[in-house]
Amino acid sequence: MTGYLLSAFIYLCAACIAVPVAKRLGLGSVLGYLVAGVVIGPVLGLVGSETTEIQHFAEFGVVMMLFLVGLELEPRMLWTMRTRLLGLGGLQVLATSALFAGAALLLGLGWRQAIAIGLLLSLSSTAIVLQTFSEKGLGGTEGGRSAFSVLLFQDIAVIPMLALIPLLAAPGLLSDSDHGAGHGELSLVAHLDGWAYALVVVGAVAAVIGVGHFLSRPLFRFVAETGLREAFTATTLALVIGIAVLMSLVGLSPALGTFLAGVVLATSEFRHELETDIEPFKGLLLGLFFITVGAGIQFPVLQENLAVVLGLTAGVMLVKGLILFGLAMLFGIRRSNGWLFALSLAQAGEFGFVLLSYSQQNHVLEGELVSVLALVVALSMFLTPLLFILYDALVMPRYEDNSGQREADHIDSRGPVIVAGSGRFGQVVNRLLRANNIGTVVLDRNPAQVQNLRNVKIPSYFGDATRPDLLHSAGIEEASLFVVAIDDRAQAVELVKHLKHAHPKLPVLVRAFDRLHHYELEDVGADFVVYEAYHSALEMGTEALRRLGYHPFRAEKLRVAFDEQERRGRAKLYEAWREKSEGEKYGTTHTELYIQLNETMAQIMRADRDDGHTRLERGWTPPPRGYSDKLADVDPDAGGSGGA
Amino acid sequence: MSLEKRVLVLFAHPSLERSEVNHDLLNATRSVEGVTLIDLYAEYPSFRIDIDCEQQRLRDHDVVVFMFPLYWYSTPAILKEWQDLVLEYGFAYGHEGTELQGKWFLCAFTAGGRESAYREQGHNHYNIRELLRPLEQTATLCGMHYLPPFGLFGARSALEEGRVAAHVEGWRRLLGQLRTGELEPRRAREFEQLQHYLEQAEVTQ
Ligand SMILES: Cc1cc2nc3c(=O)[nH]c(=O)nc-3n(C[C@H](O)[C@H](O)[C@H](O)COP(=O)(O)O)c2cc1C
Repeated sequence: MTGYLLSAFIYLCAACIAVPVAKRLGLGSVLGYLVAGVVIGPVLGLVGSETTEIQHFAEFGVVMMLFLVGLELEPRMLWTMRTRLLGLGGLQVLATSALFAGAALLLGLGWRQAIAIGLLLSLSSTAIVLQTFSEKGLGGTEGGRSAFSVLLFQDIAVIPMLALIPLLAAPGLLSDSDHGAGHGELSLVAHLDGWAYALVVVGAVAAVIGVGHFLSRPLFRFVAETGLREAFTATTLALVIGIAVLMSLVGLSPALGTFLAGVVLATSEFRHELETDIEPFKGLLLGLFFITVGAGIQFPVLQENLAVVLGLTAGVMLVKGLILFGLAMLFGIRRSNGWLFALSLAQAGEFGFVLLSYSQQNHVLEGELVSVLALVVALSMFLTPLLFILYDALVMPRYEDNSGQREADHIDSRGPVIVAGSGRFGQVVNRLLRANNIGTVVLDRNPAQVQNLRNVKIPSYFGDATRPDLLHSAGIEEASLFVVAIDDRAQAVELVKHLKHAHPKLPVLVRAFDRLHHYELEDVGADFVVYEAYHSALEMGTEALRRLGYHPFRAEKLRVAFDEQERRGRAKLYEAWREKSEGEKYGTTHTELYIQLNETMAQIMRADRDDGHTRLERGWTPPPRGYSDKLADVDPDAGGSGGA
Repeated sequence: MSLEKRVLVLFAHPSLERSEVNHDLLNATRSVEGVTLIDLYAEYPSFRIDIDCEQQRLRDHDVVVFMFPLYWYSTPAILKEWQDLVLEYGFAYGHEGTELQGKWFLCAFTAGGRESAYREQGHNHYNIRELLRPLEQTATLCGMHYLPPFGLFGARSALEEGRVAAHVEGWRRLLGQLRTGELEPRRAREFEQLQHYLEQAEVTQ
């Protein structure tokens, strides 16, 4: 036990030092984990042989990752991206794999190894590239969007690749004690005939889709209604692990199963909550995985093969870049966008490691070759920031004069409005925005409410908007506005505080319940606060005046005058409230303070009225009877004008 | 020209998103230094004009410009509302209403009709100076110096005929001249349109 805890401690420490440093340097977290692994493994020798074991465990992070990839795949989005996804992505993976496989053959490797190498080198680093895009604001450019399509295709392509690799297992190598992917584990299908096996497989896939589609939603709703976060998390984990187990039992790739489940749940109202729940587990496990990769790097191998590794890395990046550039030309991605596309994706990626370790387990690739390839993949990832620097320094200046194009690119990537809380209030806000084709993401923590909204085709998600991680998966980084209309006053204040702290530039509009709430919200930095009932009550009051015989326009003027007074008073009251001590503001004296404030308000109103009834109805006052409109004759050229 | 004049442009266009000319005029005005530009429909979307604030603005400037597309031979509604509310007795007119005395007043319009239609024989029967008489007389009653209107005719086809840029440029130049006060209201007053005066002034120079 202590031993395990000690290594866990070492891994975590290494991660929490290396990852922030790597991020600061613009290298991305994947490289941070790798470096951490290198430090605790080959450099300091703190961890040793157990890494391979941990690696197998950590690979479950990949399964979770594919679940998340699946969740992101809304069919509608896929459909709009179809040309780029299949065209760009498909051709990139095919051409790159074929070229590298061919090269491997020429270098004298067997065809099985050659295919595995081709596949693993064809992938790029989703993690590094997307992170860099969002840091540099390139995601909305044509080059950025095209690169995203390719990365997405690669992420999906990993699934068939994982299925393919065991089939490549070299017969010579397989004769070892254990059996490929089977590993002598539990299996339901080991003794079945071909047709029965096929039936079981189809049945299992159907079960995943069926459960995902029909059973999971009532289940999630049931669990969500308890309001217990951890119960929901447990359910989510159970779902993912359960599917993975089922898939292994029937001899299919667990990644495929969870990916399918993810796709099925992509349109569900629980999507963001699921993402939020799985994300930390995935992050940790993948991090662990990359650390073990780093720890497994063999320095002697590097020293012996330094020239080979460097040469291979340069070759891999050059070839990938050229293929990408060719594709950019083919698909009309021109100018700076073409360069961005080619340079950003020219590295190998984290899935390369996954395929590598999978190939090793399945005895497709072995020995020094694995170490060399791991070094090539890692090195190419380390060089990626360099490619972006190249882009900034050499490519951008050449196209700077054509800046109009860049701007246009940014306009259509205006982020959505996030509406937190969709009760009676949030709904109206949301409907007005949607009626004008403004994209919104609605969050609510009442599953029944979310269901109602979805019934009328308003995209809504279940989740507690006060959780930063949920906000993240709802796309807060790209959001252009945030509307807070949740029905818990304390939480609304907390949420605004968090938003203004973590995203100071994001404008936040908030619904307040009453005057005190209004002040509290203003105090924590809300950009716009509106009283929940104020405007409808004013409407009602004006109608009352009309029904009492006031001319409708007079009633309107009185309403306006009242509203203006109220606003003035509100501003003064806010000042008075701010001057109160913290204890008075938030302490037990709420009611007392409320009464005080109301009295002050009444005083202000009275003073305003005494100051002149005329003020209140000032507009359109006719001149006094019998006034003289004779004016002193004005000399048009007098008064400082002077001639030219 | 010791002191620069402070120019206030009150702009009114209720559907800017469809505008082809005023949109550019607005942007051009924005970029001229020392000119205060108020987009009235933006500031008072529900016509709740703040009388005190508007009167203070008038006090703070020497030249007042109404900038608008011609709607029914007059201004869009908010400019009329602005007059009805802001030009109060005791402020703009009446015995003690002398706040506007000696300031300059100018209309900068765009009109859908061709200039040839704004003639006695044309189908609008009156020229633009005549049609804007109510504004001229309002300015005069408030003791202001009325400058003839500056405008663009045939505004609905100006974009495709490539006339917008030149007009915007002319407007920018005029704003500069208003700033330095190098116009002569007494002489300008004789012309139907300000352009005619400006062209003539250029010739005589
Ligand atoms: C309600 C309305 C009334 C109009 N009345 C006139 C008019 O009386 N005389 C005229 O020449 N053009 C008239 N027009 C045309 C506008 O003056 C013309 O559309 C505008 O100057 C174009 O400028 P913009 O592209 O910046 O909107 C009218 C337009 C509208 C919408």
